[in-house]
Amino acid sequence: MSAVMITRKVRKWEKLPGKNTFCCDGRVMMARQKGVFYLTLFLIVGTCSLFFAFECPYLAIHLSPAIPVFAALLFLFVMAMLLRTSFSDPGVLPRALPEEATFIEMEIEAANGNVPAGQRPPPRIRNVQINNQIVKLKYCYTCKIFRPPRASHCSICDNCVDRFDHHCPWVGNCVGKRNYRYFYLFTLSLSLLTIYIFTFDIVHVVMRSVDNGFLNTLKQTPGTVLEVLVCFFTLWSVVGLTGFHTYLISLNQTTNEDIKGSWSGKNRVQNPYSHKNIIKNCCEVLCGPAYPSVLDRRGLMQEDSPALSDAPPSSSSSSSVPQTTKTTAPLIPNEHTPDEAKPSIAAPPEKSPAPREEPAGAKVPPLASPETDAETSIAKDQTH
Amino acid sequence: MTAAAVAPPPLSPPPPSPSHPHPSLCPTKAISRSQGLVPAVTDGNMATEFHNLQELRHSASLANKVFIQRDYSEGTTCKFQLKFPSELDSRIERTLFEDTVKTLNNYYAEAEKIGGQSYLEGCLACATAYLIFFCMETRYEKVLKKIAKYIQEQNEKIYAPRGLLITDPIERGMRVIEISIYEDRGSSGSSSGSSSVSGSTAR
Repeated sequence: MSAVMITRKVRKWEKLPGKNTFCCDGRVMMARQKGVFYLTLFLIVGTCSLFFAFECPYLAIHLSPAIPVFAALLFLFVMAMLLRTSFSDPGVLPRALPEEATFIEMEIEAANGNVPAGQRPPPRIRNVQINNQIVKLKYCYTCKIFRPPRASHCSICDNCVDRFDHHCPWVGNCVGKRNYRYFYLFTLSLSLLTIYIFTFDIVHVVMRSVDNGFLNTLKQTPGTVLEVLVCFFTLWSVVGLTGFHTYLISLNQTTNEDIKGSWSGKNRVQNPYSHKNIIKNCCEVLCGPAYPSVLDRRGLMQEDSPALSDAPPSSSSSSSVPQTTKTTAPLIPNEHTPDEAKPSIAAPPEKSPAPREEPAGAKVPPLASPETDAETSIAKDQTH
Repeated sequence: MTAAAVAPPPLSPPPPSPSHPHPSLCPTKAISRSQGLVPAVTDGNMATEFHNLQELRHSASLANKVFIQRDYSEGTTCKFQLKFPSELDSRIERTLFEDTVKTLNNYYAEAEKIGGQSYLEGCLACATAYLIFFCMETRYEKVLKKIAKYIQEQNEKIYAPRGLLITDPIERGMRVIEISIYEDRGSSGSSSGSSSVSGSTAR
């Protein structure tokens, strides 16, 4: 049985690790679970359609034609912000390539020195000084990098995200550095839209009831009841969320930091990223530069796929291409390593995406894992 | 731009340094290859040129890679450390390296500057529901193009003749500046390879 290597060009998004789904040939990037996102879409589009169908004809004639026009503009803005938040890259940090991972391992090894046998190596933490505060950078075992400040690993999407805020199921994506302002504008505009629709529903019902009576009005425009119900419940949650995020922005904090209490409490450091000025903080978050995506999703790369001589070449042979996480870096066993891979970790690397590159004479440092790491294992015990 | 008609300027050989035992074979080979293959610098040909620089590998083998880490002392803005790695000690002058990193840091600072222009861009974009980003290039993207051009230029003029290659940080997630060290195949390749183990203890 002879195998012939066929090289074909694929887009880089097809080979990205992590649990994202991509659409439109890499232009759209979302999380895997999209059910709640469809619900959000349905609620917004449904409620607005009812508003345009039932309320707007009456209000346009009896009050002002500007009412439906403004509602339409607001609706379009809400949809644009929602789609922008959901479809864009939140600021995902690509995983370290094998050489970088090896380099970091060697630095850690050199810094730790000799660990006496039987003792756990110290936790993988790097201290940096930011604006005269000491901030600890943690090592990510999945991405094999020291996370930049404010970055965090999202377990749902299996990516490290820069300036990680939270993973929002309602938008079906993580909220991070690149799409935080769109998320905030979405919640803000949705609050306005909800208040707007709720107010004009009440106005409409009152105006009609004066002429026809309350019960008749409800019979004539049944959609109003639905709208009022949806808006009432949405109002509390969305307006509350907008208020919360306004508070976070004014302090230049992320939801993640707020939940963990990174900058609160007496013994903790003060937030080193805050400008101590509400206006400056707001301007930085909302009017800052539009950061580019560092994931080159639509770039082309070569993929080598073996084609058997007695079988037609398979069109999608992703299983034969080594994934980024299983490459020649000294494989650190962690909770994601399948059991059968663990015995082969000490074996020399077999396949490599760049066969010509070899760190000459590189020693594989003793393997560390979250379980052998002192601090991580204590933290794990505490959560259980 | 009469790109096709203009011959590429001859790359000057590296200045002789007393402590530099680098085989003369490597720079001249790199120069002759790049002279033969590299067309004159135009925007459209940048990708081709970079591809040809990557063909250094045919005459030289990759010995090691050095990673310049980010400097977070001023916050999360993109800035790289100026610390000179020991692996490059015998390859390039410290001042040249520092100039490159300082210029890159300045470019990134310009891209991320929060001032009048970024406010204007932000407000205009918000008013159009950010649809304008489909037509317009953001300031950051413009600066990234400048950076790519600068790195290309630095590689051609300074780093490739010394057997080094800088990778644009954006290809590494803006985390590191990756500098690849090449050694000429067939000559004293193993001597510089073994230094990579002890050399990486620099912190």
